Amino acid sequence: MATANIQTPDLAHDVHHDHDHEHHDNFITKYIFSTDHKMIAKQFLITGIFWALLGGILSVIFRLQLGFPDMQLEWLRPFLGKWITEQGKIDPEFYLALVTMHGTIMVFFVLTAGLSGTFSNFLIPLQIGARDMASGFMNMLSYWFFFLSSIIMLSSLFIETGPAAGGWVVYPPLSALPQAISGSQLGMTMWLVAMVFFIVSTLLGGVNYISTVINMRTQGMSFSKLPLTIWAFFLTAIIGLLSFPVLIAAALLLVFDRSFGTSFYLSEIYIGGEALPNMGGSPILYQHLFWFLGHPEVYIVLLPALGITSEIIATNSRKPIFGYRAMIGSMLGITILSFIVWAHHMFVTGMNPFLGSIFMLLTLIIAVPSAVKVFNYLTTLWKGNLVFTPAMLFSIGLVSFFISGGLTGIFLGNAAIDIQLHDTYFVVAHFHLVMGSASFFGLMAGVYHWFPKMFGRMMDAKLGYIHFWLTFVGVYMVFFPMHYIGIAGFPRRYYSFTNFDAFNSFTDLNAFVSIAAIFTLGAQFIFLFNFFYSMFKGRVAPANPWRSTTLEWTTPINPGHGNWPGAIPTVYRWPYDYSKPGAAEDFIPQHIPYSQTKESNLPHENELIKLENEGDVVIVNENKH
Amino acid sequence: MVNNIEMEEVKKPLSMNPKKFILWLLIVSIMMFFVALTSAYIVKQSDGNWLEYDMPMIFWYSTIIILLSSATMHWAYLAAKKDNLPQLKLALSITTVLGLSFLYSQWAGWGQLVDMGVYLVGNQTSGSFFYIITGAHGLHIISGVLFLIIVLISTYQYKVHSKEMNQLEICMTFWHFLGVLWVYLFLFLLLNQ
Ligand code: HEM
Ligand SMILES: [Cu+2]
Repeated sequence: MATANIQTPDLAHDVHHDHDHEHHDNFITKYIFSTDHKMIAKQFLITGIFWALLGGILSVIFRLQLGFPDMQLEWLRPFLGKWITEQGKIDPEFYLALVTMHGTIMVFFVLTAGLSGTFSNFLIPLQIGARDMASGFMNMLSYWFFFLSSIIMLSSLFIETGPAAGGWVVYPPLSALPQAISGSQLGMTMWLVAMVFFIVSTLLGGVNYISTVINMRTQGMSFSKLPLTIWAFFLTAIIGLLSFPVLIAAALLLVFDRSFGTSFYLSEIYIGGEALPNMGGSPILYQHLFWFLGHPEVYIVLLPALGITSEIIATNSRKPIFGYRAMIGSMLGITILSFIVWAHHMFVTGMNPFLGSIFMLLTLIIAVPSAVKVFNYLTTLWKGNLVFTPAMLFSIGLVSFFISGGLTGIFLGNAAIDIQLHDTYFVVAHFHLVMGSASFFGLMAGVYHWFPKMFGRMMDAKLGYIHFWLTFVGVYMVFFPMHYIGIAGFPRRYYSFTNFDAFNSFTDLNAFVSIAAIFTLGAQFIFLFNFFYSMFKGRVAPANPWRSTTLEWTTPINPGHGNWPGAIPTVYRWPYDYSKPGAAEDFIPQHIPYSQTKESNLPHENELIKLENEGDVVIVNENKH
Repeated sequence: MVNNIEMEEVKKPLSMNPKKFILWLLIVSIMMFFVALTSAYIVKQSDGNWLEYDMPMIFWYSTIIILLSSATMHWAYLAAKKDNLPQLKLALSITTVLGLSFLYSQWAGWGQLVDMGVYLVGNQTSGSFFYIITGAHGLHIISGVLFLIIVLISTYQYKVHSKEMNQLEICMTFWHFLGVLWVYLFLFLLLNQ
């Protein structure tokens, strides 16, 4: 160790170090406190699946209330205890807690940590040709902060006063005043603490992703040869890095209002006829801070799914992705624009109409890069030799949801129409299609596609098809009717609507939605079975099951820590050489030099052959001082 | 196998030490955090109902202290580059002490604010903001001082010298950043009274 200090501890040194240790990995360092990005990815995935299941079950419980307001729910008492009232109904305050926890879990724990955490971790080193993340230790911490945050959030479900109940956006004053609702007592504190740990986890992961993509690409892997997945994860991490700290600021001020008596968000409030001492605060300030994160957050959730989809659609259309540069450009555009549209969530807060129209304009502009992406997906599919793997079906499903949900975004983005639609089920339908379902389908597509690389076995395709069709149909049955309920004016987060005559005609529709929700949740058990069964009993995977071009398929079927047993392959071409005219196979992996594919090279590619040879010179001792 | 690894690792386009890069990214996110707080301050101020008060003189002294500490930090860096260990230790120790003095001076500043009748919990948020912004910055200074102490310990173990500058350089970047951050916050609070 004495000499180690004199050397600059660069990467080669670190990697070398890891390899020395590989021989005496024990259970704890291999499966629990692992610093291997692949294991950390699996940890995120399994935790995410757990959360998704829980979030889904919560939604079915409140859907029972909405669809069947007269139903006897006494049988839920063993699970929910005192949250079932004497009459056998769900306690109205607990209903709000259910909605809140469902939203929090799905947005943050499943579609942020479960999606980015799994695929950024798994794919970044494998697809850029690196042995691991820039800092394996910080990466491990990232998972364990997420775990800690999960434990706190989960325990808040079981406390006497119930979990947070102010909606996933936790607007004050509702969330700031413990007197307002029982969920704003201990549950809200735990929510805030859990979110702080969650943000720490996201930031630790994010800086690692960014630093790895910038600094650790293999020879030849320029930014213009990066797979779109990596572009998407990279930009997602940048968005997170810039927006999550703002949520910490918002939460910090909320903590002070709740626990120390400051008045950032509170002013002139009377409870039970008595005035609170707080003066001079403004709840609108919280909304600004929250949505400055909140809107970028929806893209943090969506972009990785879009990246995954690009990869899968190109592979399974056996065609180069249409408009590679346009895809990157539109993702860059979305990244920048996502920071300047937040106030479209606040059109009805009494903001200056002129300001509103500026945000309306910016909001509508963001539809342009979104449309470019959709167009490119469709043109990639167009006349391709489509291979309908389950991953491909889920990707096409994503495109479908992105279109149908994106269209309603354009309605909502118009300040005047939003006055009618804000906080109704129309908004719920919008974001469940465009964000919830689309990202969920991206997640599923990713799991089906990279399962062979993760576990060395194949998932069962037949079960995959069944899972896809049931879920796809189920999602539309759940969310499409909500548009009508929303246009009719039914507000979201209401415990019951049977008291309002205007909504009586929707009773059947609501019951239908609830049945569809149960049906869709049920379909997920097919996936769960397939996932765990295939992990142990699935058919052993071939090295490159989807005949794909990216680097991860050049690793051994079960890659060890360090990913490539020998040298990391050098990259010579972009990742989308599918069905290149003249080529023997319908795909040419990224690490095949142009000198080996003379039959399919374009004129300018023949020029590149000269450079390839120069690049092959290996300087061995540069890192020794 | 190990040979192989070392061979191709060399060819990587490693543009910057990844740990240093990570520090810069963390700096960006810390910056965003304070930008959020100061923006909230401006938004709140424009709502009116804002208590005006003069910033206690002592925060000027804090500013001088932290600027001085940046200078001594740089001195430490130069000393390490020349492998001048005694100077390095001295410079790092002075920086650490200055860091602690800064914290003390901020604390004393809070005391003066209280004497002036500006409280964390009052009817106006201007005071609350002042405490929270300076407090959040103070927390970062504490982490910076801890980092300084870690580097100081490393120097005593002969782990910081001209061929092993990473830790010191990371610490230096972070410390300079905290100084710049304070100057920004100071000017902001001074000009937005
Ligand atoms: C075509 C582009 C889009 C436009 C113009 C748009 C517009 C809007 C508007 C104006 C609202 C506020 C509605 C209201 O509360 O009254 C909204 C809500 C929402 N949008 Fe979009 N949207 C678009 C795409 C997306 C995408 C791609 C996502 C996610 C990936 C997304 C996720 C959400 C979410 C989560 C909400 C609701 C948040 C809440 O109140 O709980 N939207 N959208
Ligand atoms: Cu938005």
